[in-house]
Amino acid sequence: MSQNFRLNNIGLINRNKKISFKFNGKKYFGYEGDTLASALIANGVHLIGRSFKYHRPRGFFGAGVDEPYAAVQLNRNNETEPNVKATEQELFEGLEANSVNCWPSVNFDIGAINNLLKMFFPAGFYYKTFMWPKSFWYKIYEPFIRKAAGLGVASTKHDKERYEHKYEYCDLLIAGSGPSGLASAYSAAKNGAKIILAEDKARFGGTLLTDDVNIGNQNGKEWADNIISELKKMPNVIVKNRSQVFGYYDHNMLVMSERISDHLPITQKYIPKQRLWYIRAKEVIISSGSIERPLVFGNNDTPGVMLSSAAKEYLKIYGVLVGKKPLIFTNNDSGYETAIEFKKNGIEPIILDTRKNPNSEIINEAKNLNIKIKFSYVVVVAKGYKKVKSAEIAKISDDKKILSNIENIDCDCICVSGFWTPTIHLASQSGAKTKFNKDIDAFVPDKSKQKETTVGAANGVYTLEETLKTSFDIGYQLSKKITLKDNRVSVPSVVEKKSEVHDKFWCVPLPEGKNYKRFLDFQNDVSVADIELALREGYRSIEHVKRYTTLGMATDQGKTSNLNGLQLVSEVENKIVPEVGHTTFRPPYTPVTIGAIVGREVGKHSKPTRKSPMHQWHEKNNAIFVDAGVWLRPRYYKRGDETLFEASKREAKNVRKNVGVCDVTTLGKIDIKGPDSAEFLNRVYTNAWLKLPVGKARYGVMLREDGIVMDDGTTTRISENHYHMTTTTAQAANVLSHLEYYLQIVWPELDVNVVSTTEQWAGAAIAGPKSRQVLQKLFPKINLSNEGLPFMGYLESDLFGISARIFRISFSGELAYEVNVQSDNGNFMWEKIMEVGKEFNIEAYGTEALSTLRIEMGHVAGSELDGRTIPYDNSLEGMVSKKKDFIGKRSLNREAFVADDRQKVVGVVPLDKKTSIPEGSYLVKDANAKLPNPKLGHVSASCWSVEYDNPFSLAIVKDGKNMIGQKLFALSPLKNKSIPVEIVSSHYVDPKGERVRS
Amino acid sequence: MLHIKCPHCGLRSQNEFAYGGDASVKRPELNKEVSDKEWNHFVYLRKSLRGKHLELWHHISGCRQWIKVQRDTATHEIFKTFKASEEI
Ligand SMILES: [Zn+2]
Repeated sequence: MSQNFRLNNIGLINRNKKISFKFNGKKYFGYEGDTLASALIANGVHLIGRSFKYHRPRGFFGAGVDEPYAAVQLNRNNETEPNVKATEQELFEGLEANSVNCWPSVNFDIGAINNLLKMFFPAGFYYKTFMWPKSFWYKIYEPFIRKAAGLGVASTKHDKERYEHKYEYCDLLIAGSGPSGLASAYSAAKNGAKIILAEDKARFGGTLLTDDVNIGNQNGKEWADNIISELKKMPNVIVKNRSQVFGYYDHNMLVMSERISDHLPITQKYIPKQRLWYIRAKEVIISSGSIERPLVFGNNDTPGVMLSSAAKEYLKIYGVLVGKKPLIFTNNDSGYETAIEFKKNGIEPIILDTRKNPNSEIINEAKNLNIKIKFSYVVVVAKGYKKVKSAEIAKISDDKKILSNIENIDCDCICVSGFWTPTIHLASQSGAKTKFNKDIDAFVPDKSKQKETTVGAANGVYTLEETLKTSFDIGYQLSKKITLKDNRVSVPSVVEKKSEVHDKFWCVPLPEGKNYKRFLDFQNDVSVADIELALREGYRSIEHVKRYTTLGMATDQGKTSNLNGLQLVSEVENKIVPEVGHTTFRPPYTPVTIGAIVGREVGKHSKPTRKSPMHQWHEKNNAIFVDAGVWLRPRYYKRGDETLFEASKREAKNVRKNVGVCDVTTLGKIDIKGPDSAEFLNRVYTNAWLKLPVGKARYGVMLREDGIVMDDGTTTRISENHYHMTTTTAQAANVLSHLEYYLQIVWPELDVNVVSTTEQWAGAAIAGPKSRQVLQKLFPKINLSNEGLPFMGYLESDLFGISARIFRISFSGELAYEVNVQSDNGNFMWEKIMEVGKEFNIEAYGTEALSTLRIEMGHVAGSELDGRTIPYDNSLEGMVSKKKDFIGKRSLNREAFVADDRQKVVGVVPLDKKTSIPEGSYLVKDANAKLPNPKLGHVSASCWSVEYDNPFSLAIVKDGKNMIGQKLFALSPLKNKSIPVEIVSSHYVDPKGERVRS
Repeated sequence: MLHIKCPHCGLRSQNEFAYGGDASVKRPELNKEVSDKEWNHFVYLRKSLRGKHLELWHHISGCRQWIKVQRDTATHEIFKTFKASEEI
């Protein structure tokens, strides 16, 4: 198909490079420099999708970020991406895009039946229609909406593209490279400021590319090109195109999304697809320009109705005609500029001007070109379904209430101009208040809140001369404040046409007896009638009206709809717009891809991975790893085709029978030094610490101030003023912060220092009846008898030439030791343990066996110390000193904590001694009781007891102390299980604790 | 994202810090009789004020020092930062 709507001699595209692409499976051609939108329009394609609610045909409305319709599904390099704006997507060879919101096809769409059933889709339709009957929601409404709505489909594949984050600091960030941005950037850069100039489009210059103006004897584009090339040469300047500053956050932090490779068929090696910039700027200049406002009339959503500025942009930048019989509908002079461009390129436009008798340079030029102009005229309704075919137009009375002389005229597009709305999103996001400017019927930024200044059209300044003058000055003033330099560049002379004031009229009344749909929000299908209905139903606050009708809540964030919505509310409510106020602008200004937000933090980079020094040994010995926080720990060591269950049982049994070794490097370790260390520990832990001798370890429990157990572990007195504390793997970081808080804030008088040594030490727990023999082989010279190294004793010794710390402590409940060496020697230690332990049948065991061993011994761990339990609940009340004060003690006498039937940890055994109880099951008296079945407690940890060869669990149960011997049921609705169980003591194995002392 | 001036390290990004709550809270002294009401206030009750707020931050990915920050809870403006030992 040829490009029937392409002109031969105008535009900034490269006609020497033809590009082929596909839309909805059909092949087309465009040129290098096109957007997908301009290339489609060049081929006469205006039907691009279907609307969200009524599935009405949708075309193009704008030419940039303000586009409410033309979101497509883009396929690029075997990836698919939803919600891509055709007006922003640059054309590349082989591009493939599809319509969204239509099913089965854009030309025949089943959802369009919604258009006929519109009584189902009034304002607040989400809240009304789909609420009844309730059972219909999951089965009928929701699947239907999912299929029929949405803005495309997300890929379910892993995104193999690379996204990056970058942090940058600058004196001045300038958002937008139109005339105001270029002027302020140039002026600030020349005064020595370090600046970043960001432009969201591919081309710099903004309106200078399309406006017929002259700056310093150059046309707008030439001037812009020269400024940009000079800026690019300056070392203090970063100039970025395809970069949208989309968010303004606290303390002058702005975030910018740079689309580096989206315009290329594939991303080059070592180059990211997109880059997110976090920019901390000393000052920000917001030069984001303005967006043309629509005029509202019947069926104003028909493809072919578009902004007059967009029509001009397609013509001047892309050499594309949006139509060959254009109707220009305007309330100001901007529409004339578009008409003049049409005329200059051989097209005969008709202008309908709502004003009665305007007079200006531009209007005179149009008259001199013999352009047909009808004053006091409006479009009543656009005719045509998939494309504008004609329009009913009418003369409008001076009070804008009465239509007369209604006639039908042929046209193939309607270019509308309802004047201009400053883009104040960034200024508003910064926290700045806004004020209503009556001269332009729009909000502009009021007093700055952060270090930001808005210039040019974004500030409601619509003449080029004034824009350049103020922008040059602000660039100079702000840079001077920062650089303290005083190089001022002169402001060039400007030639532009003067324009007449606009007409405040924006919404065409309905003719008698007609009920045309007049849309405000094109993306969310919100019409004038919807807003009126919401107001009739009692909604008053603009924030409520917005949520109820979804006005301005689509992905375009109401860039073209917000102001007209406000005007309507104010008219119906008989208020002025500033009283109604506008809704809050929130980042992002334009949609940002999840990939860009996540950056490089994907897959294994989503969090750091910590590995013990013995990791390679574990790998070599078929360890299957499990995440323990950010650590990787061996869960079990697989032999042959063993399952997790079989392997962990074998490992645990071997500990009970012979000896096992477990990597405990991941335990948190904190070095505590200073003369007040004993006093500090005495305040931190619930038990007594003042009399712990040197060379002894002690088990301790620490609480939060609210009495809840925070962590447990052993702490060893290495020397007079030196302690070694261990914490659980999960709580290591929290415990360190906790200790630092008390030392720095609460008791700064204590002379104590704490530092994490978790990564300095490699740890191995050697457990089992034969562990002493293994240890004796490792340390042949030392006395390891109960006298030489008693339970909870500590020694330092030499392990084949390296220094080691030996603690006689046990987590497994067996006779056990823990050996620590410096991390670098960890692997050496481990291999020696395996070597000397061979004759005693030593086996490495993982966390699964470790859990089994501690559960059947009734030792509480993370699943019981879950942030909801006090010492009593864990049967740790014996650890709580009555004599001294400590963190959290005062909370322990709270009523609920001392209640007679307070929860307590117990053991749980299934009656059939066969069925494992899923962790998280809850315990009830009667499995068949009426719901909600009263819950007595929950199963916190489950294992297969290797001592008794049957399942065993720990549970925290109400009135646990009186529950021993009771028969209950463990229910797991998740696994659909109901298991009869008996409550037993939590100390299932060796209740007297004789083994650890053997 | 806030920009917080650590009195030990200088101006750093918020993501190096952890928030630590109201800095004006004083823990009751150890071994002292404390009424239920007083203890309840200390453990649970915090003002949620709008405006100038003296709060603790922990420079957790920096010098590991707890610092005091005077911040406006509505505007996020930071007026001053102090070392833990400085009285305000
Ligand atoms: Zn610091």
